[in-house]
Amino acid sequence: MTATEEAPLLTVSGLNVAIEGAAGTVQPVRDVSFTLAQGDSLAIVGESGSGKSMTSLAVLGLLPEQATVRAEDLRFDGAELTGLADPDWQQLRGEQLAMIFQDPLSALNPALTVGYQIAEMFRRHRGWGRSRARQAAVELMAQVGIPDPAARLRDYPHQFSGGMRQRVMIAMALALEPRLLIADEPTTALDVTVQAQILRLLRQRQRDGLALVVISHDLGVVARSARRVVVMYAGTLVESGLVAEVYPAPAHPYTAGLLAASPRARGTAGSVRPIDGQPPDISALPAGCAFHPRCPIARERCTVERPKLRVVAPGRESACHFAEEVLTGEPTKRGTGAAHG
Amino acid sequence: MNQRSEEPVLRTADLVAGYQVRRGLLGRRAEVAAVAGVNLTVREGETVCLVGESGCGKSTLARSVVGLLRPRSGTVLVAGKDTAKLDRAGRLELRKNVQMVFQDPFASLNPRMTAGELIAEGWRVHPGLVAESDRQAEVARLLAQVGLNPKHAGRYPHQFSGGQRQRISIARALAVRPRLIICDEAVSALDVSIQAQILALLAQLQEELGIAYLFITHDLGVVRQIADRVAVMHLGQIVETGTAEEIYQQPRHPYTQALLSAAPSVDDWTDDYTEGIVLQGDTPSPADPPSGCRFRTRCWLAEPRCATETPELAERGGPHLVACHFARPTVPT
Repeated sequence: MTATEEAPLLTVSGLNVAIEGAAGTVQPVRDVSFTLAQGDSLAIVGESGSGKSMTSLAVLGLLPEQATVRAEDLRFDGAELTGLADPDWQQLRGEQLAMIFQDPLSALNPALTVGYQIAEMFRRHRGWGRSRARQAAVELMAQVGIPDPAARLRDYPHQFSGGMRQRVMIAMALALEPRLLIADEPTTALDVTVQAQILRLLRQRQRDGLALVVISHDLGVVARSARRVVVMYAGTLVESGLVAEVYPAPAHPYTAGLLAASPRARGTAGSVRPIDGQPPDISALPAGCAFHPRCPIARERCTVERPKLRVVAPGRESACHFAEEVLTGEPTKRGTGAAHG
Repeated sequence: MNQRSEEPVLRTADLVAGYQVRRGLLGRRAEVAAVAGVNLTVREGETVCLVGESGCGKSTLARSVVGLLRPRSGTVLVAGKDTAKLDRAGRLELRKNVQMVFQDPFASLNPRMTAGELIAEGWRVHPGLVAESDRQAEVARLLAQVGLNPKHAGRYPHQFSGGQRQRISIARALAVRPRLIICDEAVSALDVSIQAQILALLAQLQEELGIAYLFITHDLGVVRQIADRVAVMHLGQIVETGTAEEIYQQPRHPYTQALLSAAPSVDDWTDDYTEGIVLQGDTPSPADPPSGCRFRTRCWLAEPRCATETPELAERGGPHLVACHFARPTVPT
């Protein structure tokens, strides 16, 4: 924890999500903590089932009733989020924090024009009249790079391409000038040339003071869109730090594995190395460190003792018993005495 | 290295293929030439990557190669034989020679069949391949070959993870001993750690069996890992083609340059990362492509000539083929 900064905009401390199911309780998110300062950017990275989306939904109060959210502290701009009543949530979500998802088509109403849906934000939250709201919608569409916005106002969502729909979603999310935007896989469904446009747009907004949480499985997208990164595996944080420090010298074997498995379209090609095995089933996690069955440096201790997230260097945290070894890149004795295959 | 036969496994010549759409209230039919004159060759034992964004026609091309779609004009030759002129036996042979692996193994594997049944299914159509009495052993061998536990032949698709399901799809394709496997976004839906496993498996199988791959993808990072040769497709046409080395080191078409520049890389956190080329606007609709060069509406080099004169795919003084009036012999690096 850095003591030099002012109170963070978003504080997530000891977040747990439990879901009751027929086969018992599963815990897709376990003891997750992070903070985000005003105007800063953070990426939550992980593969499917890592709990990264669940974490953001819990923060936004958007999980269904079957999910139990517990947290030591869940705070936005100093105000406690846990136990917030529905009307307060709605107020907060529209005006202070906003979210965009991977699939913009499912988040837009197909029966209403895009212009109506954007203008509705202003009418509902600001109480503006029809023509003023429409004018604001046109300006907003122009700002997010939708060509010919006055004409496109009357179009329905299906008449927009995927990239343009995502711009509409961003326009709606930014309409009320929120202080925090949570973007869950915002470019995953888009072509690369369109993805580059959307990432540029998010970056520009971030420079203008918007705090940004990007959730992604793509380490390349993260490199382009966030200053800090937290890495999730099987529901827990395994590493956190500045992107510019974590990427060149990861402090957790999983992060190192992800980086080595990511193909590079540019720069030095290098050879891609897969991570052995499969991500675990969260209802039947391995004992000890959840990553140990796939870990190239796992040892006896890893199979019995669960590593805690701890500070391993200034501004760096890792949940690995041998984080220092990973960080310094000292040669490791591969799998000595560990029961893995 | 495998010995190369004279005939390439796959050759398309001026292939035009597409589909019909209804337009407007009257439902007037319009032809969309999703593939508009493509020449593509895949030789034995090599991996050719077809790269392009959505709507470029790469999947339509795949469908016309396997015979799921009849070409409007031009030819598709598989192992030297024109696929439009095959008799029944010839069509069976085509299906044996060319197999497909799709993006979503959940959708392409019948959930009611076990892994073993899925793998053995092709032998119902091609009974001569494996004797009845050897089939169980052959299923076990194929499962092991793709890195799955042979004891899991009795499990159903939902009992496997996404990566394992894709391994089943590959085993199923291998079962009929094809010469070419078309992988249509075969690793796009997989997590990055698993994606790398599947790419390694495909490379290893190629080494062992000499299979050729036509690998269709939008992911330029993946292409770089596996391609011998690359064809970049844009709105139904190949705009640049060459060896992987040529395409990645010296991209000559502005669209290829834009694609490479746009692809996110894990190195993009560095201070020397610059945005590079960010194209404006959307890809035009394949139903109504621009005149002349189809990329000109988004191209920063476009001149009036590009609207009237279609650039042919040609060497243009350089090492590989490119379809741009302004392509230079080489790009200084």
